[in-house]
Amino acid sequence: MNFDYSEEQQLLAQSVRQFLTKEYTFAARQAIIESGQGYSEQVWATFAEMGLLGLPFASDGGGFGGNAVDLMPVMEAIGDGLIVEPYLASVGLGGQFIAGGGSPAQRQEILPALIAGRCKLAFAQTEREARYNLAHIACRAEKTDNGYRLEGEKCVVLHAPCADTLVVSARTAGPPTATDGISLFMVDPSAPGVTLTPYRTLDNLRAADVRFAGTVVPAEALIGPAGQALPLIEAVVDYATALVCAEAVGAMRFANDTTLEYLKTRKQFGVPIGSFQALQHRMVEMTIISEQAKSMACLACVKADSADADERRRIISAAKVQIADACRHISQEAVQLHGGMGMTEELKVSHTFRRLTMIAQTFGDADHHLERFAACG
Amino acid sequence: MDLNYSPEEMAFRDEVRAWLKDNLPDELRDKVVNYEELTKEDLLRWQKITAERGWGAPDWPEAWGGTNWTIVQRHIFEEECGYAGCPPRIPFGVSMCAPVLHKFGTPEQKQRFLPGMYNGDVFWCQGYSEPGSGSDLASLKTSAIREGDSYVVNGQKIWTTWAQHADWIFCLVRTRADFPKRQQGISFLLMDMNTPGISVRPLMLMDGGHEVNEVFFDDVRVPAENLIHEENDGWTVAKYLLGHERLGTGNTGASKREVLRLKELAAQQSKNGKPLIDDPRFRDRLSRVEVELMALEITNLRFLDQMRGGRAPGAEVSLLKIRGTEIQQALTELMLEAVGPLAQPFRSLHATDFDQHTASIAPRYCNYRKTSIYAGSNEIQRNIIAKASLGL
Repeated sequence: MNFDYSEEQQLLAQSVRQFLTKEYTFAARQAIIESGQGYSEQVWATFAEMGLLGLPFASDGGGFGGNAVDLMPVMEAIGDGLIVEPYLASVGLGGQFIAGGGSPAQRQEILPALIAGRCKLAFAQTEREARYNLAHIACRAEKTDNGYRLEGEKCVVLHAPCADTLVVSARTAGPPTATDGISLFMVDPSAPGVTLTPYRTLDNLRAADVRFAGTVVPAEALIGPAGQALPLIEAVVDYATALVCAEAVGAMRFANDTTLEYLKTRKQFGVPIGSFQALQHRMVEMTIISEQAKSMACLACVKADSADADERRRIISAAKVQIADACRHISQEAVQLHGGMGMTEELKVSHTFRRLTMIAQTFGDADHHLERFAACG
Repeated sequence: MDLNYSPEEMAFRDEVRAWLKDNLPDELRDKVVNYEELTKEDLLRWQKITAERGWGAPDWPEAWGGTNWTIVQRHIFEEECGYAGCPPRIPFGVSMCAPVLHKFGTPEQKQRFLPGMYNGDVFWCQGYSEPGSGSDLASLKTSAIREGDSYVVNGQKIWTTWAQHADWIFCLVRTRADFPKRQQGISFLLMDMNTPGISVRPLMLMDGGHEVNEVFFDDVRVPAENLIHEENDGWTVAKYLLGHERLGTGNTGASKREVLRLKELAAQQSKNGKPLIDDPRFRDRLSRVEVELMALEITNLRFLDQMRGGRAPGAEVSLLKIRGTEIQQALTELMLEAVGPLAQPFRSLHATDFDQHTASIAPRYCNYRKTSIYAGSNEIQRNIIAKASLGL
């Protein structure tokens, strides 16, 4: 039993934090989210230089062979700094599909470019009627003579506007909620028949609704066996869920630290407001919740690559229940204890509030995961 | 990061499990898991059994029978005992008075009192709280005035757990009342419960159980040799005892057992023709407690891991106490709700055909309200975290 990060993990986390503290200040972040692209190529290039983009990928393809626990301190730093670059979308989702299900040629095409910072990915999965059901896919891929033709619409594809390649789930067989018949494809978002409707999300990420109208992809675009993609989708989404739990831990830590600081410095009635017991006990509750959330994020990351799918499901869902509840509680209390200032655009805590609000229902909200957890017995 | 026990720790866990399987008497376990009241003999019997194995007081110095276990081994032992359904260790002698004796007692005092605690021959209780001194312990008033070789004790203690069983009591008393600070003038005194002038009155609780008492002291003459540490400096002892309380486990072992029991219970009850456990409303609430418990287990291990280097436990203990007791209470509440209208029967008026087990569930719910009040109320624990770890 050992909860410490290894020396390597600590060094990496330290350099990530150093870089972000210096280069990714709140003001710098504001400039990035207001820029046309909504992310910084320079930051992305630095992530590549630091080796962050290759962290979880096998060393024979230029990666570092890390596991979810290796990514945990990075995700915590991303949560703390509210990083808007497409790290989770590219490294935690898109790249995982290629690494876990891709052919040698696909891996060779995508992973070295991803690791070098030359290829960004996004996962086009959610549909308007699907809610959190990963098997609910109406988007269709019809077999053609030498490939597939995509027809349908995906919504809220995070980071699609900057993606070089989309990983798209589509149905090659069966009715819209069948577990069989789902396939994955690599799609160039600039290909004919692909239309993006981009927007900014509440938490200042970029996303798009993506429409496929007769989009033709070659047979080599298929990731893994046709019609059998659901287990891979579940595994990768569970993996990404563990990562977003770690991101939440970093964001909640920031929310708690900044709120505690505020309680110690803000004075009313001639004393720091942190001297009031009503506020102290609320701050203590936030601390306890944050510790409990951290515990579940550790457990989730340790089990994220588990070969035992039942165990993985149960643990990931338990963690997401805990994290979703914690995100709600801590974000709301952080704003409340800051008073009116917590509502303003100019304080970082309101941005952290928005990110935590969205994380709570990313890859399934507490209700969804309670149901999934209960189904595991 | 590795959340698994080491091979040595796993082997230790298996050893404890096997030993419990062979040595925890069925009648004791049945009483514990069925929420029946344990007698003095039951409680002492379990202490004797652990003492025979050499596990009677794991955290004592080895010379006195301690096991020299690591902090993780101690945790494993507590967890396994809780999960198996062992009677609680009587904490007042082995876990509370004994550390004080080890630290402050004279060789004669150690020799006189420690073996009886270890072997389960002497039943101890704790005289701290008074009617006017609950969370504010330093305001205590029970007086002990030195007369020759004795102290003459007058006053009253309250919430004295198992005083009705106790052979001895350790007390905080006021030996001088004219110091500028109330923490001064307090002393730590041991008394034989058979001393003339000591009387015990039960405080029956709402579940019908007799756990706590009032203890009255009326001109009780206590030999001065029963004073521990210096006269008037008992607050140092009291603080040491508070700080020494080893890392509580949040009772996660026992709570895991209760989760399984609750699932069984909810599977037997039916709602709209289906098992209650399949009712989404009920199931969600159960799942949330299960998840919170899962998190607390990991939190507990994280704290243990941080303390391996020998760092003394701090405000973490308060966190474990708060969440541990909240989980225990939530489980008793879910059990209460699981049996629905059948929660109402309490005591049979005839000897025949009465479901005593179901009837024990609502009293258990009532009884467990105590957990967030005793051992430093959860509000006091929050004060401790606010001050000690947040610097508020």
